[in-house]
Amino acid sequence: MDNLEKEEWDIEITPKNALFDLKLKDVWHYRDLLILMVRRDFVSFYKQTILGPIWFFVQPIITILIYNLVFNNLANIGTDKIPGPIFYLAGTIIWNYFADCLTKTSTVFRDNAAVLGKVYFPRLIMPLSIVLSNLIRFSVQFLLFILLIIIYLFKGAPIIPNVYLLLFPFLIILIAALGLGFGMIISAVTTKYRDLAFVVSFGVPLLMYTTTVIYPLSAAIAKYPSYSWMIKFNPITSVIETFRFGFLGKGSFSWQLLGYSSILTLFILLIGIVIFNKVEKTFVDTV
Amino acid sequence: MAKVIQVKNLSKAYQLGNFGTGTISRDLERFWAKLRGKEDPFLRIGEVNDRTVKGESDIVWSLRDLNFEIKQGESVGIIGRNGAGKSTLLKILSRVTSPTTGSVKVKGRISSLLEVGTGFHPELSGKENIYLNGAILGMRKAEIKRKFDEIVDFSGVERYIDTPVKRYSSGMYVRLAFAVAAHLESDILIVDEVLAVGDAEFQKKCLGKMGDMSKGEGRTVLFVSHNMGSIVQLCNHCILLNRGIIENEGSPALIVQKYYNQNVQDLSFFGNKNTDIYLKQIFACNAVDEQTSNFSHSEDIHLRIVVGVNKYDPIQNIGLALLTRDKRRVFTVNKAFSEFYTAASKDVTVDFIIEGGMIAPMDYSFLVALNTRTGLVTYDWQEDICPIRIYDDGTEFAFAEGADYGCIILKDKWKVIKN
Repeated sequence: MDNLEKEEWDIEITPKNALFDLKLKDVWHYRDLLILMVRRDFVSFYKQTILGPIWFFVQPIITILIYNLVFNNLANIGTDKIPGPIFYLAGTIIWNYFADCLTKTSTVFRDNAAVLGKVYFPRLIMPLSIVLSNLIRFSVQFLLFILLIIIYLFKGAPIIPNVYLLLFPFLIILIAALGLGFGMIISAVTTKYRDLAFVVSFGVPLLMYTTTVIYPLSAAIAKYPSYSWMIKFNPITSVIETFRFGFLGKGSFSWQLLGYSSILTLFILLIGIVIFNKVEKTFVDTV
Repeated sequence: MAKVIQVKNLSKAYQLGNFGTGTISRDLERFWAKLRGKEDPFLRIGEVNDRTVKGESDIVWSLRDLNFEIKQGESVGIIGRNGAGKSTLLKILSRVTSPTTGSVKVKGRISSLLEVGTGFHPELSGKENIYLNGAILGMRKAEIKRKFDEIVDFSGVERYIDTPVKRYSSGMYVRLAFAVAAHLESDILIVDEVLAVGDAEFQKKCLGKMGDMSKGEGRTVLFVSHNMGSIVQLCNHCILLNRGIIENEGSPALIVQKYYNQNVQDLSFFGNKNTDIYLKQIFACNAVDEQTSNFSHSEDIHLRIVVGVNKYDPIQNIGLALLTRDKRRVFTVNKAFSEFYTAASKDVTVDFIIEGGMIAPMDYSFLVALNTRTGLVTYDWQEDICPIRIYDDGTEFAFAEGADYGCIILKDKWKVIKN
């Protein structure tokens, strides 16, 4: 009666996940799906439009023109002696990436509840596909940024790209990790408690004002020396400042600030992994 | 035979009602209990999923302690009433949701078809959706590319393959979706009632393809359906679920019979008259004298008639007809009552036997009459009594169950004259 043959199982379905197990092997197996979903997001975005992909440029261009008019000229906040448009563009493209990550992940599971309820694929693919499509959008707008720098350099504007722009790849990794970390937390928690989705939807536009998109950090420190720590607390601040410093030569760059942001990012990523794992298996029942 | 699926103590509890303020306090309580090493306090108040009862708790056990094994190459039908837990079981096996307790161990790759057209995006063309749907179902891009022509051919929408699917008719949609799923290369295939959509031709094609997959290619298939004919035709093992537990498992013909018997009602006729002869009791039963109103196509049907006799007369006659749903007659028989009557008896009990394998699977009822041979005097006439249902247990018309293809299944006799 004793069966000596060892039973080998390929998949074991149990109630709970291991705490830190992201099942990356599974995600790798489904990489075609990931690419297709990113592609689907882009393609359906400009189906049946005439201008098509040009719309990716229209939004930042109009935004920076309005910022320049309102914040630089009307409110006189100043841009650290850098030409207004390019100052705002630097901050805007990074902020756009984040804002999109946060808002889209807060509804990703709800929007796709039908598919998720009927077929299995690693749930991590959903927030991951959002981070990836946003990164692609970011790189398209980044090209616009580079173009503008070249134009300004040509016109002899006071911008000095320096060696710190080599930190750029690290910055990309940082924002990708931060986007994914927040994305995992938000997408996991909003499946059951939609309160967070509401917070995200009105909080994200307001959050922009606590980062240095529309004003340089130096101006904030000068005006509110005792409260400026709140602005520095925001990890995105140091990313934007470093980015501006590397490409434009003016910005409050400090290794401590960058180091602090990196540690905070790592922390958020880990919390994101834990929360996501806890919720992933059964969120279909509650979304 | 190697085991490919092993299910142990599988249970699934669902919380009813809306999620909101109440749930966070519950979640905190649950978290606190888990921290102390105790079991989840709310699972204790869970109740069984009985749809006829409102119940007190808002936690319901959809599945309760399931244990079963499936071997390689088996094609298993899972049947049960609505609410028995079939779809929940398939969802857990497909990893869409996870169990509350217990475990499932699987060997090999699983593909599930719980809905046709999962993930179809209306803005994308048929071709793009084949790739997307295939990827969602777990196929690699190279695999889809290799099978692309076959898929398009099977679906029959080649002409429209570059149009966005939002412009497809529902039939095209379903055909395309099934075509992708039909070409999945996996060891275990799970199909949940998706064949309920589509026209008869499509259903036949699907059943045929699934038959090929299980019998021809030796893959393991799990099939949920309410069409008992296709279950018996396709499966070699059957599991009956009822209210979250396995009530029975075994050969399809037997389990399907047990499924029908869940709904046994007393449909017998009782009568009393003071005519010379009258119909006292009539009911339908099977060959082992069990009263039932459901018969498989190949089974003999007995109509038991008890005739009460007040005054016997040699010209008395008993007549009987089988009626369709529209009250048309399938056949009529007549018999002189003298053949059954003996002087000693007060009541006469006879069985009229309809042999199995003749009458087509459908709903019928009976007409029983007592009259004189000439028909001039009618002693008793009962029409549309003892409704019975004959269900398909594997005829060649299983896919058309419910449609009207006639009342008789003939043994066909063809003879080639010239070819």
